[in-house]
Amino acid sequence: MTPLLFVGMIGALVALTLYFFATKAPILPPLISEHGQLIDDQIYLTLIITGAIFAIAQLGLAFLVYKYRHREGAKATYLLGSHKLEYTWSAATLVLFVGLNLMGQKVWAEMHLNEHPKPAIEVEVTGLQFKWYIRYPGKDGVFGRRDVNMINDAEGNFLGLDKTDPKGADDIVMGSLTVPVGVPVVMKIGSRDVIHNFGVRELRVKQDAVPGLAVYIPFKATQTGSYEVACMELCGYGHYQMRSQLNVVTMAEYTKFLADNAP
Amino acid sequence: MSAESAAEHVHVHEPPSSFIRRWIFSTDHKVVGIQYWILALVAAFVGMWLSVVFRLHLANEGTIAQLNNQLSALAPDSAQAQALTEQIKALQAKWFVLTPEKYLSYLTMHGTILVFMVLTTAPMGGFGNYFLPIQIGALDMAFPRLNMLSIWLTILSFITLMAAFFVPGGPPNSGWTGYPPLSAIPAAQGKGYEGPGGYGQDLWVLSIAIFCFASLVGAINFIVTTLDLRTKGMTMLRMPLTCWAWFVTAILSLLSFAVLLVAGLLLLLDRNAGTSFFIPGDLFFNKPLVDHRGGSPILFQHLFWFFGHPEVYIAIVPGMGLVSHLLSTFARKPVFGYAAMVFAIFGIGIVGFFVWGHHMFQSGMSPYVAVAFSVMTMVVGVPSAIKTFNWLGTLWGGNIRFTSPMLYALGFVSLFVTGGIGGIFLGQNAVDIYFHDTYFVVGHFHLIMGVAAIFAMFAGTAFWFPKMFGRMMNEPLGKIHFWITFAGVNVIFITMHLMGLEGHPRRYSGFNYDFLSSNYMVTCHKIVTHTAILTATTQLLLLVNIVYSLFAGPKATDNPWEATSLEWAIPSPPPFENFKGGHVPEVHHGPYEFSVPGAAKDYIMQQEPPEARPATAPSAH
Repeated sequence: MTPLLFVGMIGALVALTLYFFATKAPILPPLISEHGQLIDDQIYLTLIITGAIFAIAQLGLAFLVYKYRHREGAKATYLLGSHKLEYTWSAATLVLFVGLNLMGQKVWAEMHLNEHPKPAIEVEVTGLQFKWYIRYPGKDGVFGRRDVNMINDAEGNFLGLDKTDPKGADDIVMGSLTVPVGVPVVMKIGSRDVIHNFGVRELRVKQDAVPGLAVYIPFKATQTGSYEVACMELCGYGHYQMRSQLNVVTMAEYTKFLADNAP
Repeated sequence: MSAESAAEHVHVHEPPSSFIRRWIFSTDHKVVGIQYWILALVAAFVGMWLSVVFRLHLANEGTIAQLNNQLSALAPDSAQAQALTEQIKALQAKWFVLTPEKYLSYLTMHGTILVFMVLTTAPMGGFGNYFLPIQIGALDMAFPRLNMLSIWLTILSFITLMAAFFVPGGPPNSGWTGYPPLSAIPAAQGKGYEGPGGYGQDLWVLSIAIFCFASLVGAINFIVTTLDLRTKGMTMLRMPLTCWAWFVTAILSLLSFAVLLVAGLLLLLDRNAGTSFFIPGDLFFNKPLVDHRGGSPILFQHLFWFFGHPEVYIAIVPGMGLVSHLLSTFARKPVFGYAAMVFAIFGIGIVGFFVWGHHMFQSGMSPYVAVAFSVMTMVVGVPSAIKTFNWLGTLWGGNIRFTSPMLYALGFVSLFVTGGIGGIFLGQNAVDIYFHDTYFVVGHFHLIMGVAAIFAMFAGTAFWFPKMFGRMMNEPLGKIHFWITFAGVNVIFITMHLMGLEGHPRRYSGFNYDFLSSNYMVTCHKIVTHTAILTATTQLLLLVNIVYSLFAGPKATDNPWEATSLEWAIPSPPPFENFKGGHVPEVHHGPYEFSVPGAAKDYIMQQEPPEARPATAPSAH
């Protein structure tokens, strides 16, 4: 009874898990970035490989449990192991796991190691409890000075822009991120209080916003539309409502957006 | 000092006559072990019920979010809208609805209690303390007084942690990882957390610091005991794999808790003494934070995870050792690849120290280093795979007895595989860009570090209960508990993987996003919550089984499982001095001599005379 039940339980586990992953996985949220394709490919490849490992290992376990269940008069085999088998499966898993990992390094290099594309639209993303503020450098292409002592939430100066700095006079600060489609963008991500994380599911981008540190993340959006920005690092009681928006628009709309919001 | 002389020269003490010295402040490793085990049991129930409360909260919030969506599509004064409003109000008045602060507090305490007070105590402090000395043939741990110090510091640490519920502001809401600046600056946690409101976070840090110290003391004790107190004939390679596992775990504890202790003390200083180890300059909380600058939040993460990753192995390695032991015992076969298992435990221990950065791929640390951490993480998968293969090999050709400890051990193997699969995703830096801090992570670590390790504790309890208390546990009750729990945890945590696939962020107390209030997500939340309630309630069966068996279980013989290691060669429960009159037997056999060809019965105990093993049998260790 018990071994049969075990086989049934493992069988159900494997069948249900594979069914749900096979039917749910192809609908990762829609992809809207160029580099994201590489991430998705890697996720699917990993899904297939691990799906096979999962099924083989679980069913193998169930098979052994059933086949070698205690029966009257049965005797166990005195078996101590096999060096050959140990070497074989160690080498095989090493090659498989490390190989799989190395395949994913291309997109990592693109995002983090290689020189970022130039020219690119540069935006500054700042997290604070519990909002995001995005700054555009304006016509001059240069960000003005920021000073923590000039922060004044009541007056809407959340980033502490130095009004006396001419470079900052044309800076635009918005509560959501608007970028043109098909153009490289580099975000400079930071925080003014605790650690946040700028995450957009569809963009396949997720990066901690760390106070005292600037992290640069490039992307190129491939599809217009509006997408939700979520904070992905616990930042306090309002963490769950630190929501913003990514608007991917045409170049013409983007130009108009900048002109409309210029100070 | 050789093991032999240690055994001969030990002076056997009488048990202390005072009740307090015998059972409360006891230096007897068996009493200390049971104290750890009880502490873990109590803590597990506290931590688990906290999670039931916030799971109820989440399912309820999901329903409210959906009703709100429906409401926004209706005319405000229609009868339907009014009915919906009433319904929402009723849901918002439920007893388990938490404020965002309380939600995070409970989450923080759930994680901290389970990781420290359960996963780190029972496998090592509990079973390890009780059975390491007996299995290697010693009369006690090497330093019995340190042992007592270690359990009582751990209890103090637990009390300190619980005290956080009773101070103004309540427990901290910065998560079990307690990343600064959120954990370092009271104002960051919200209005109620400044001044005395911050005591909860201080107690949390203090509790962990005490816990670290207790673990360090315990670790030294385990290492010395294993190396110095083995009886005659008990060579290292004749130790049961449980002892190897405890030994490696002790080394991991020694190296990692020291670092967490430092991180905790520095955080305490940052909070209370005006230092800035983890707090950078130019921060703004209602006003510019002028008195802190120069620290690094990422430094804390490095220190924390330098401990935190080995901690995963501290929780799971003793389980691996025990499961190897049980599969062999109940399949009536030697462990397949004993030496490979020892190497794999060491491999996991050593490589496990070079992978902590995989918790920090998206943290802003050097992306070059991330590549190295990522590759090392995949390498640590190799010894894990070796262990799995060898467990399957141990079952191969066996004669499997389906006792409840064996079922729990088989459950462990299955959970370890399922949980390990998630690691292959998360260990890849590129894939982690998508999965970082989603429910995929929550599902993964709960399966492999939480539930798998807890199944090993179930197995240990069912297996050793007869030895510890002299009575057998109830088998049918144990089996029912196994089936429901096994099915339940799989449903809960595999569903969480699916939610992670959709990108659901962890640690959210509400549903303020379109993609979170979708039917799919809310249904997932409800499945998880309902299954969690069922699974948590099922744990009462375990409690009933323990209490019932303690008083009414059938009396246990010395060796009810027909096992081979030394604890089964002594009475159940063991006398105060473990081995009667302090006469420790000499060991003549390896730990897993099951079904030796030509032997009289299908197991040879370690202390049996050399002749018990036919000379014609193939040689083992």
